[in-house]
Amino acid sequence: MSYISLSDPDRKEMLARIGASSLDDLFCCIPEEIRLKKELRLPQPLTEPELLAHFESVGRGNKQNAYLSFLGAGAYRHHIPYVVDYLSSRGEFISPYTPYQPEVSQGTLQIIFEYQTLICQLTGLEISNASLYEGASAAAEAVLMAGRLKGKPKVLVAGSLHPQYREVIRTYVRNLGIQVEEVDYDVRGQVDVEVLRKKIDGETSAVMCQSPNFLGVVEDLDRLAEIAHQHQALFEVIVAEAASLGILQAPGAAGADIVAGEGQSFGLPLSFGGPYLGFMACRKEYSRQFPGRIAGQTKDTEGKRGFVLTLSTREQHIRREKATSNICTNQALCALRATIFLETLGREGMRELAYQNIQKAGYALDKLAGVTGVRRKFGGPFFNEFVLEFEGGYKKVEDHLLANGIIGGLALAPYYPGLKDCALFCITEVHSKADIDRLAGLVAEVKR
Amino acid sequence: MNPEPLIFELSAATKKGFALPKLDVPEKKNALEGLAVREAIPGFPQVSEIEVVRHFTRLSQLNFSIDTSFYPLGSCTMKYNPKINEKVAALPDFSGSHPYAPQGLIQGNLEVMKTLEEFLAEITGMDAVTLQPSAGAHGELVGMMLIRACLEARGDPRKIVLIPDSAHGTNPSSAHICGYAVHEVKSNDRGTIDLDSLDGEMTGDVAALMVTNPNTLGVFEWDILKICETVHARGGLVYMDGANMNALVGKFRPGDMGIDVIHLNLHKTFSTPHGGGGPGCGPVGVKKHLEAFLPLPIIERGPSGYSLNFGRPKSIGRVRSFFGNFLVMVRALAYIHTLGAAGLKEVAEVAVLNSNYIRKSLEGIYYLKYASPTLHECVFSDKLQSEHGILNIDIAKRLIDYGLHPPTMSFPLIVHGALMIEPTETESRRDLDRFIEAMKTIAREAVETPDLLKSAPHFSPVKRLDETAAARNPVLRWEEPKE
Repeated sequence: MSYISLSDPDRKEMLARIGASSLDDLFCCIPEEIRLKKELRLPQPLTEPELLAHFESVGRGNKQNAYLSFLGAGAYRHHIPYVVDYLSSRGEFISPYTPYQPEVSQGTLQIIFEYQTLICQLTGLEISNASLYEGASAAAEAVLMAGRLKGKPKVLVAGSLHPQYREVIRTYVRNLGIQVEEVDYDVRGQVDVEVLRKKIDGETSAVMCQSPNFLGVVEDLDRLAEIAHQHQALFEVIVAEAASLGILQAPGAAGADIVAGEGQSFGLPLSFGGPYLGFMACRKEYSRQFPGRIAGQTKDTEGKRGFVLTLSTREQHIRREKATSNICTNQALCALRATIFLETLGREGMRELAYQNIQKAGYALDKLAGVTGVRRKFGGPFFNEFVLEFEGGYKKVEDHLLANGIIGGLALAPYYPGLKDCALFCITEVHSKADIDRLAGLVAEVKR
Repeated sequence: MNPEPLIFELSAATKKGFALPKLDVPEKKNALEGLAVREAIPGFPQVSEIEVVRHFTRLSQLNFSIDTSFYPLGSCTMKYNPKINEKVAALPDFSGSHPYAPQGLIQGNLEVMKTLEEFLAEITGMDAVTLQPSAGAHGELVGMMLIRACLEARGDPRKIVLIPDSAHGTNPSSAHICGYAVHEVKSNDRGTIDLDSLDGEMTGDVAALMVTNPNTLGVFEWDILKICETVHARGGLVYMDGANMNALVGKFRPGDMGIDVIHLNLHKTFSTPHGGGGPGCGPVGVKKHLEAFLPLPIIERGPSGYSLNFGRPKSIGRVRSFFGNFLVMVRALAYIHTLGAAGLKEVAEVAVLNSNYIRKSLEGIYYLKYASPTLHECVFSDKLQSEHGILNIDIAKRLIDYGLHPPTMSFPLIVHGALMIEPTETESRRDLDRFIEAMKTIAREAVETPDLLKSAPHFSPVKRLDETAAARNPVLRWEEPKE
């Protein structure tokens, strides 16, 4: 199958107009000796029915959909209203480029403007960009932004920030002379304030925490903001489970200067980790150091409201090496899905979604922690995830669950050697009471 | 056309667009105790489902897209996005997988990724590929990190990266984030890298040259062997920006010709949709000597199936969460399977044919600064029209009136008033001719009725927008009107 629209006579006539005798002639500018002489070694082409059959067969190599899963840890299963799939699959949304020509891109641009507004409302901050790649690189961008704003070499990052996010931050800062130091968590699973007070100093450009953090615990943002600001450092909050913003205090209202994170919970399927949606918002006064595309409102020559990409003097196509980020293509279609999701759920729907997550996770914790030999590891407040510690280790439990069609929580030992018998469980609105009861029943069956 | 209101302007309390099933666990009245909870989100919309559907359907109708019209945006490779690939990517076995699921349960995903890595290695002639980068610029960043890590392992990361003056802005920006200073290499009068300029700049402090090939003029760097030799001889590495690989698939393999690192854009050459600005995917291919530094994790194929390797001490580390934009990879793999080797080669051939057809048809009517032969795109300028006070922006906006998307404007920077045209291989003769005729008409209008161009577009949902005002007084979000 090919997607070419020229007939054979077209090709002949076009070559004739160009004055070339063959298609190969058109490549005369590539010196003969470096042209590829053989055919690429690739499988024979497939027609549509063959292609579909092939991918269905490859897909069957994935077995996870036959299981009930309690995994979260930065990727969350929430119900996606059908209108999200329906509307976002329109060709007018899928197939345009970045809206460089605003007069014929008002759809995309207005949606970015609405998206920016929703992100501002959710985070409690003043400006949002049009999207970044995903949560981890958004966190890295927040670290770089703090460095540019404060010109100080040190960033303090909570040890309870998603382990992958911390890895990505380390990769990004490696060649830039920014030091990243971690601040441990306390017995409640929150940032250890005593450690933070010891580590923070005049050389600190930012304090970064995640809330709810990787251990499922909601941080005391007001207190952390106060400590950061006492030392003239920025306070940066990462949100990996964006559904929590429907009910938890807006980080901006608690004093966060920059909020960034992962918007996957807003209508994006799990997709084996991507494409997801990095979001970022900040206070207005930091706009010149803000990374990424931004849409703004303006008027046309007749005074009619319209939208354009703006503040582009921050960006790579104008500033080149002096740009605030190298980002160009971002995650526009994912931001569009998020916009449809958020506008469909609305104010009450977002609160109800978050409330059900809290209620169901609370119910699950009571059931699971009621099993002998199982206890919650950290006492801090939580949203839809919590860490359980299993007497005698988690492996036996994990295997027993798998043998019975359940993917249990994420074993934490590889990420936190100190949490070797622990696992992180996630419960969302998609889990029924029966699902949770079954999980708890199976956990109780494991001999300790 | 009536303007579409913002959703916030349609909102009213108590309207509903979605309902969750009733809570089926016993409700705990004190569940929120100890949590810092917000009041209802101020200003957040409340609309009905049909309001959402009409809102987005109407907004979609304000967009130009490949599905609605010819989109010759240079350097963006706006080819047709095959629909079956959307269906393949949406198969629940792929779209429903959790990235932390046990490896034994996600063998299909790993097979997709490993196969795509191998296909891209074959297409580019590189030894290994990582699929993790989320877009082209992210690929550049990873590529430059790999180069730096490789040179550090040799004992000296060096200080400078050379970039031609015709390069995309992401190149210098990506090099900068890797801690490198950027020096510019001049283009010669053929529009290619000036070997003398390269020779002069290529000191022992230079880590790498970033070269786009074919470059942003659509001109193949035909001295590529000599360029690579010069850089390698002085201990540097050569990075190829593969954004324009659509001109080369099946015709030329960068890995055979001395390129050390390359990134590709799956959302250009391999037909995955641009989505109005992403998601993309920017795989990076490397030669053997850079393989050990690739980001984590690495996918391995063994006798008992596929597995993920997280333990590679020389790796630059992780560059994003999880494994990359996986569903974009699924689409690109489906595309390669559909076309096969012969089909991919035909892609390059017809993309070059279409571009040269446009070039030949418009030469003389629009000014072509460089006479060199071009491949998949050609760069005209407004030089002839500017004598009548008409600039590239006026030509671009007038094209909108003819139902066509404008070319890329004012890039590359070495062509003043540039109009960069890339038709891609999927366009029909009729659409190419329609574009050519429109461009000819506009050239006439530039002389006869220049005001018509100055005030264009006339038939778009909005008239020309004031971008200066937008930047001067930024309004970046909707605000609830004050009582």
